[in-house]
Amino acid sequence: MVAQKSKLNRLNAGDYAMYIFVGLFALFCMIPMLLAISVSFSDEASISRYGYRFIPSAWSTEAYSLIFNGSSSVMQGMLISILTTFVGTLGALVITASAAYTLSNRNVRYRNQLSFYFFIPMTFGAGLVPWYLMCNALGLRNNFGALIIPSLLFSPFNLFLVRNYMSGLPNELREAACIDGATDITIFVKIYLPLCKPVLATVALFYGLAYWNDWWNAIMLVEDKKLYPLQYLLLQLKSQIQMIKDMQRMTGGAAAGGRAPSESLKMATSLITIGPIVLLYPLLQKYFVKGLVVGSVKG
Amino acid sequence: MVNSIKPQQMNGKYKWGIFSDIARNRFSYLLLLPAVAYVFIFSYCTYPYMIIAFKNFNYQLGVWGSEWCGTANFDFFLHSTNAMRVIRNTLVLNLLFILVGTAMSLFLAILLNELRSKTFVKTTQTFMLFPHYLSWVVVGYILLAIFSNKNGLANQIVTLFGGKSISWYTKPQYWTTILVMMKLWKDAGMNAVIYLAAITGIDESIYESATIDGANRFQRIIRITVPLIMPTVCIMTLLAVGKIMFGDFGMIYALVGDQGMLYETTDIIDTYVYRVLRQTGNPSQAMAIGLFQSLIGLIMVLGSNRIVKRTFSEGALF
Repeated sequence: MVAQKSKLNRLNAGDYAMYIFVGLFALFCMIPMLLAISVSFSDEASISRYGYRFIPSAWSTEAYSLIFNGSSSVMQGMLISILTTFVGTLGALVITASAAYTLSNRNVRYRNQLSFYFFIPMTFGAGLVPWYLMCNALGLRNNFGALIIPSLLFSPFNLFLVRNYMSGLPNELREAACIDGATDITIFVKIYLPLCKPVLATVALFYGLAYWNDWWNAIMLVEDKKLYPLQYLLLQLKSQIQMIKDMQRMTGGAAAGGRAPSESLKMATSLITIGPIVLLYPLLQKYFVKGLVVGSVKG
Repeated sequence: MVNSIKPQQMNGKYKWGIFSDIARNRFSYLLLLPAVAYVFIFSYCTYPYMIIAFKNFNYQLGVWGSEWCGTANFDFFLHSTNAMRVIRNTLVLNLLFILVGTAMSLFLAILLNELRSKTFVKTTQTFMLFPHYLSWVVVGYILLAIFSNKNGLANQIVTLFGGKSISWYTKPQYWTTILVMMKLWKDAGMNAVIYLAAITGIDESIYESATIDGANRFQRIIRITVPLIMPTVCIMTLLAVGKIMFGDFGMIYALVGDQGMLYETTDIIDTYVYRVLRQTGNPSQAMAIGLFQSLIGLIMVLGSNRIVKRTFSEGALF
């Protein structure tokens, strides 16, 4: 404490201005979050009297108990989101890593042409309509596959990230294993995958976050309410008060509490989608940022 | 197998071509197959669908069966009042995002680099990066907490200072600012960290010798940090300029939604295409707008890549 104070004493006005500016920006990023958290714990009556407050005049956890009641549509959406995220990330990771292995394999003579094959769609996409018609033609409509397969299962950006990492590994590894009679699949699974853990963690986080936050596939391809992932359910919830009422009728909240906690319920629902992100935050800080930096600064 | 270890010996002469390469590396190609198939189906196979822009697409007749209609779909879009509005909004919003976003994140990165307290830098970074991980839907709710008519924070502040409550979600004139602020809120922190990584890559000895020569902090920033970070900034900006015709559908749709009253300043090409496809239900018209967008987008990508190549060849995409 004393050491810190003496260090602060040497700071001049410019330093203070910098600390204040950066501090204010950090606050600007966090304050809206705090407001949302506080609203989710507010008593409905106090919201309608005083509006949204940073410190609610009356606390209530009714919104959360409604959500976690078990029979609510939010729980169903959560289940769908968890399933899509898990299955999708795993699939995407396997496809990306195995393709990256081949593109970094110096024995494959056409690897540069193949890289170019993956590069073209990154620059020129056909757009929304052909993608939509293609998904329809493939029967990716109103089913679980529609939430997983289109758009998210593979990204060339991630492919190049993993490929660059694998290209940095010494080629002797592959040659030695090759002489010992290992096939490419064995080399990939037994040697390359364990060595690539950091970049695979990065890519898994990229894919996982994209799946968790996705509502694009749902809005385009899914009409069945049972299949709505959490994010899309939230988007619907924002405009449809009716859905909240249904939820409360199902869980008996309105009958018991008299006043429906619709305001706090909205915020609480949006906040539970952040839950997993908060849990994974240390990992995100470690791998996600590094991956983005490598991807954008070094292209 | 031994033969496959040194293919370079063949001296670039493709003796047996791609088939022998596949035969020799069959397991490698097998590993590549899922990704190739995925891109083939979801990218290359979608290109032929683009011709429906020149047709009157009918789901029953299919792509080939539908009748041609020339450029009618393009004419319809370009002569509608919506065209000017959505193109203008897309360009204005993207330009503002690029300008304000780059300025802010660069400024933050330089400040973060100058701050001496590592704990402070770590803590503020933790806060700054957080919004980046949220989906726009969640951001939409947070925005609602601020700008909601009845209970929102903004109106509480307005009335506290004696003003009259503003119905934010019906007044388009505020939304350009709101959208730029939300973009800053979500992405400026992350971009600042990316720029910070580029700044920390600058050789420390340059700063040391400048300090010995008597340069103060401001001079060091202006004369060393800024010029040395410029290539990265230019590349990232040009890449963003290449995508200037493509709006952020997720952002607009989640924050604004189908609020017709706000279209004046918030409706972008992507949301318009979405409505034409899913609400009006006319794939051909939607495709025509999308094709127009893609073509201008392609010109912008090639153009900006050319500029990058001329200025800093190492930053060019191809």
